Amino acid sequence: MVAPGFCRLSLEAPKIAAAARPGQFVQVYMFSGRRPMLPRPFSIFNANPGQGQISFFIEVKGPGTAMLAAAKKNETWSLLGPLGNGFPAMPEGSLLVAGGAGIAPLVFLAASTQKERLLIYGAPSATMLTCPSSDLDLPGLITLEATEDGSRGEKGTAPELLAVKIKEASAVFSCGPCGMLAAVKSLCVSHGVPGWVSVEERMACGIGACVGCVIKTGNGYRRVCKDGPVFPVEEVVFDEQG
Amino acid sequence: MNRADLNNHGDLNLQVDLAGIKLKTPVLLASGPAGYGHEYRELLDFRTLGAIIVKGISLEPWTGNLPPRLAETSCGLLNAVGLQNPGVEYFLKEDLPALRNSGTKVIVNVVGCSPDEYAAVTSRLDGKEGIDGLEINISCPNVKAGGMAFGTDPKATAKLVEKVRRETELPLVIKLTPNVTDISTVARAAETAGADGLSLINTLAGMLIDTENQKPLLGNTFGGLSGPAVMPVALKMVWQAAAAVRIPVLGMGGINSADDALQFIMAGARAVAIGTGLFYNPGLPVEINKGLAGYLHDKGYNSLAEVEGVARRQKGAD
Ligand SMILES: Cc1cc2nc3c(=O)[nH]c(=O)nc-3n(C[C@H](O)[C@H](O)[C@H](O)COP(=O)(O)OP(=O)(O)OC[C@H]3O[C@@H](n4cnc5c(N)ncnc54)[C@H](O)[C@@H]3O)c2cc1C
Ligand SMILES: Cc1cc2nc3c(=O)[nH]c(=O)nc-3n(C[C@H](O)[C@H](O)[C@H](O)COP(=O)(O)O)c2cc1C
Ligand code: FES
Repeated sequence: MVAPGFCRLSLEAPKIAAAARPGQFVQVYMFSGRRPMLPRPFSIFNANPGQGQISFFIEVKGPGTAMLAAAKKNETWSLLGPLGNGFPAMPEGSLLVAGGAGIAPLVFLAASTQKERLLIYGAPSATMLTCPSSDLDLPGLITLEATEDGSRGEKGTAPELLAVKIKEASAVFSCGPCGMLAAVKSLCVSHGVPGWVSVEERMACGIGACVGCVIKTGNGYRRVCKDGPVFPVEEVVFDEQG
Repeated sequence: MNRADLNNHGDLNLQVDLAGIKLKTPVLLASGPAGYGHEYRELLDFRTLGAIIVKGISLEPWTGNLPPRLAETSCGLLNAVGLQNPGVEYFLKEDLPALRNSGTKVIVNVVGCSPDEYAAVTSRLDGKEGIDGLEINISCPNVKAGGMAFGTDPKATAKLVEKVRRETELPLVIKLTPNVTDISTVARAAETAGADGLSLINTLAGMLIDTENQKPLLGNTFGGLSGPAVMPVALKMVWQAAAAVRIPVLGMGGINSADDALQFIMAGARAVAIGTGLFYNPGLPVEINKGLAGYLHDKGYNSLAEVEGVARRQKGAD
């Protein structure tokens, strides 16, 4: 546990660590005998090919994430990955916008380059800015925090801060709640800045077979697990309720 | 018995004949969860499968239902994919060639909005190299027109099966819905109209509400329940259908272990199909084959046929 309700889980998975690209995810299998559960998808938070390790940054929400948060050292879990498309290469002067647990894929992205880049990390309050600062301590990365109640960093939402900074951005990369992503979309579109977002939908197979995880896009329904989870922001159609 | 014995059932015969389709093993992939097979081929050796039943194919492409399409339940899955599919022409051109050399038999699940559409799809598939049989889906709860409407009415079932029968010589398996009061009458109607086999169950109609947003969880409001939660219901319906007809029955619904699979065989199924169980564990078909072979070996049987329907005979049900 890194904060109440959040944990950082490191696993030995040499093949995944070697192949992983920022924005990709892993299905964690939940075999539990007569009470099976579907595998749970998690973004790769960190991959270290040298040590053969990957890690996840997990917000405990229900039974599956609770099981993972309670995982003990030396336990074996079945993993499938890396899955999905991942983010495209990040140009100099990119802006990363994270909301809550949406920080996970962006930390991996930020760690993939030494280029100049700025991370905006927003949450309702300071207690929700749970990512360990050691994980954000990356060469050349500047982090700006935003909380809605002003308890840490700037007072306001991540998109409000993005609105101030977007003029200087070459590209935007974002992950977080639907409402936030919708706001990121309108800012990117109105400023003509290219943007990519990592989206979530409930999954079953995780590999593109069942067409269960689709979202609405400008090009029809697309599978989050196979065609995504990263989409060009202008493609994604956000419903008002998300 | 030592370990070596346990793993060596090479002489045991798991072959079955389902409606004229010779299957290497009695474990099939149910229509839908594995799509058209491309993705799962990387996780699963298809030579261990009796057949793959591909996802429902209609005449023209169908876009499917509004998301969210999936919701997990206690020991189950609610889905409302809505038979999204690329249409029969695309299937023949893009999917079938790869399936032909996947190492297993191919059964195509056919859907339509009208009897004419079912007939048209069937006639397009007839005679195509690499198709070993058809499963006529008259049981999907997730589409507004057609689908389940045919499978809940014995007269409509009979008419549809007769019509489709005229279009093809391929083995015809009719997929039945559990959303009926009496499965036997629909089963008999399909048999009389010319079916070579029956498969059941499709999903049970259901729904969930998201209390946070105070609206139905699925974009389509209603969906179909599958997975271990439905297994006892499915087993009972397979038992009843097997009693009602002489043609072979393909059993499915919540199978998640070799023991589950055996129960369906003992209830009278010739073979079994795995849907949701594949999501929990892509290695499940292999596990089931091993478990079935182990059971036959331990009990001194030579083939699966010897256990088909045994529980029925125990009860004097035949
Ligand atoms: C591509 C992808 C990457 C993800 N990366 C991360 C990550 O890095 N860290 C993290 O904490 N979480 C991540 N998630 C979300 C995570 O998969 C879900 O929170 C988890 O599956 C919930 O499981 P549970 O059994 O604990 O809770 P459940 O009881 O299954 O669900 C709890 C709540 O989470 C929602 N939920 C369940 N599954 C999903 C899903 N697949 N997508 C969105 N919401 C869901 C449910 O609607 C419910 O409100 C990701 C999801 C996707 C699709
Ligand atoms: C995601 C999903 C998609 C499905 N699509 C189809 C389909 O296209 N045609 C069909 O006849 N049945 C379809 N089914 C039903 C299954 O083939 C099967 O009858 C049902 O799920 C019960 O088996 P199970 O509990 O092993 O999944 C689908 C089921 C699921 C879960
Ligand atoms: S989860 Fe099956 S297609 Fe994405």
